[in-house]
Amino acid sequence: MAAAPQQNKIVRWIDHRLPIFTFMQHELNEYPTPRNLSYWWNFGSLSGIMLVIMIVTGVFLAMQYTPNVNMAFDSVERIMRDVNFGWLLRYLHMNGASFFFIVVYVHLFRGLYYGSYKEPRELLWMLGVVILLLMMATAFMGYVLPWGQMSFWGAKVITSLFSAIPVVGDSIVRWLWGGFSVDNPTLNRFFSLHYLLPFVIVGVVVLHLVALHQHGSNNPLGIDRKGPQDSIPFHPYYTVKDMFGLGVFLIIYAAFVFYMPNALGDPQNYVQANPMQTPLEIVPEWYFLPFYAILRSVPDILFIPAKLAGVLCLFGAIGVLFFLPWLDTSRVRSARFRPVYKWVFWLLVIDVAVLGYCGAHRPEGWFILAGRLSTLYYFVHFIILFPVIGWLERPLPLPTSIAAAVTRKGGAPLGAASPMEKH
Amino acid sequence: MRALALAVALFALAVVPAGAQEETPLPKQSWSFDGPFGTYDRAAAQRGFQVYEEVCSHCHSMNLLHYRDLEGIGYSEDEIKAIAAAQQVTDGPNDQGEMYQRPGRPSDAFVPPFANPEAARAALNGALPPDLSLIIKAREGGPDYVDGLLQGYKNPPAGMKMADNMQYNEYFTGHQIAMPPPLAGDDVKFADGTKATLTQEAHDVATFLTWASEPTMEERKFTGAKVLIFLLVMTGVLYGAKRQIWAAVH
Ligand code: HEC
Ligand code: HEM
Repeated sequence: MAAAPQQNKIVRWIDHRLPIFTFMQHELNEYPTPRNLSYWWNFGSLSGIMLVIMIVTGVFLAMQYTPNVNMAFDSVERIMRDVNFGWLLRYLHMNGASFFFIVVYVHLFRGLYYGSYKEPRELLWMLGVVILLLMMATAFMGYVLPWGQMSFWGAKVITSLFSAIPVVGDSIVRWLWGGFSVDNPTLNRFFSLHYLLPFVIVGVVVLHLVALHQHGSNNPLGIDRKGPQDSIPFHPYYTVKDMFGLGVFLIIYAAFVFYMPNALGDPQNYVQANPMQTPLEIVPEWYFLPFYAILRSVPDILFIPAKLAGVLCLFGAIGVLFFLPWLDTSRVRSARFRPVYKWVFWLLVIDVAVLGYCGAHRPEGWFILAGRLSTLYYFVHFIILFPVIGWLERPLPLPTSIAAAVTRKGGAPLGAASPMEKH
Repeated sequence: MRALALAVALFALAVVPAGAQEETPLPKQSWSFDGPFGTYDRAAAQRGFQVYEEVCSHCHSMNLLHYRDLEGIGYSEDEIKAIAAAQQVTDGPNDQGEMYQRPGRPSDAFVPPFANPEAARAALNGALPPDLSLIIKAREGGPDYVDGLLQGYKNPPAGMKMADNMQYNEYFTGHQIAMPPPLAGDDVKFADGTKATLTQEAHDVATFLTWASEPTMEERKFTGAKVLIFLLVMTGVLYGAKRQIWAAVH
């Protein structure tokens, strides 16, 4: 292995024993990256940065937060009022959850459009779905912590879902609650798990990155790198591009944190939890609305009662993502060269938006029909359209190489010789 | 793919106004604290505090506030001492093991009108007045809602059956509210000589309550301006750096 050209004696001493500098040199400087990644490829690093922001603000919040049903609500308000910059920590964390989901959802749809889940990146994709599941659990439990009305009733509705499981359902719910209702033991365990799970996510993210670096990034053309003319080193090209994207992202995030910190939240959560008073509407945070719509839309299916069917579809909606690499029968990755899939992809985007809209409303009137149809489409999209389109579609001819497709001259080898690379 | 951004934006727009339906639309007021540079009008907030003290505090607690917090709307230390001292606070136990009453101090929390919710219900025909510390953030419409609510009492429409001890209010969900009209105009004599019309009182008390809901708002906006300026400059520089570094690749 070509050791990093480190001049510094101390660095060399350390690197000889713990090859951390070689590792960084290898994974950042030499790591070959397709030269044609678009800004949609920024959302991976943005997700990682959001995870760090959530952990840092969360750890500081936890220093002042009290997980007790009588004190939790007031302790959060104490953070808002009396802790120096406590309002900033809290608003960063609260809006951070929303922005984390925005970023991850864009990242995921990027993967769907450009076929990033296909051979040889199946495990990379599946690890991503695991991260999504863990994030959802984390955000759900975090939302319970401020112990507002929506915290309490959201927790109650979602945990009660498990009672739909035949025979053992009620026991499971009591076990989750640690008692006969959502109460202090529930809040305590949610706090404990809310603290733990983000670090589990970090672990899965590491695996996600190992899997990524094995074959490198996919790219908007969806074709493999064929030689040095197709790639550039990650640093400085993508470090600077990611940093610029981060700047734009932070501007939007900061606009929310500082100027409309409660725009994405529910006013009901500024009312302390009251187990005796059910709110008129129990709605989850926006990032769960499509799933909530699926849960509430599903009718009785044959002998399965609606409640159980709803729960199964809810988990199925994420579970189906694990199977995409095999449900998609097309060998072509990028939708750019898939004349049919290219359009069908947008149907899914619209479908999820409709689901989200239905999730925000009571299942009444035409919302019932809209919810059911969009739930049906969601599954048809993946389970039927994915394989069928793959079989029937005639993809456009693929370019011979990335360089040939994206540069005027067909591309001279780049990277190692670039002026920025010389130390 | 660019259309995805649009879809995300449309999606966000579609979801936000959920919930506010089939109610009388709230008149949108103009507030000193509106917008990215808005601050609390100290005089209005002080008048609002006076309304709260003299009217609302007979029924509503504000448990999250301390008298010292009133510095935030421009009261001086001495004024705050006097405001606090006008209240009797239960303290103790003393060395005899007994609770005792003493005049309030700036570090005390606002003294609640009732010892517990049961006492409040017993005094108010079974109705429970909510704590007002966070009321602005806890209601759709915030200050516009409270302002409207205080002025929204009407005679019930013909044919509507009102429950006992209930009042018709245009802006309350379900229109039957257990709070008797708290303001009618001239309920207080403002220290600064402003005429105490109903509109004025409602507007001022809503200003006070907004401050109470979020005393750190001014610091938030001020910090936000600095952060955004920094981010804009940083992002501009990074854009330049990106263009330069990538020039050779394109
Ligand atoms: C005589 C006692 C009394 C006084 C004085 C009073 N309120 Fe109320 N208030 C109540 C009660 C009781 C309720 C609960 C009403 C209900 O839930 O039907 C209430 C409810 C409210 C609500 C919540 C409405 C909602 O959306 O749930 C607000 C806001 C409010 N009062 C503001 C004020 C303000 C501001 C003042 C002073 C100007 C004031 N109140 C004075 C008794 C009072
Ligand atoms: C994956 C990362 C995380 C996500 C998605 C997340 C999400 C959330 C959410 C949605 C809330 C409710 C915010 C509100 O409405 O007030 C919350 C609250 C909280 N979180 Fe997290 N969180 C994450 C990481 C962490 C970590 C690592 C910690 C602690 C080390 C933490 C500590 C807290 C505390 C103490 C609260 C309660 C205070 C409050 O409600 O503002 N979080 N979290």
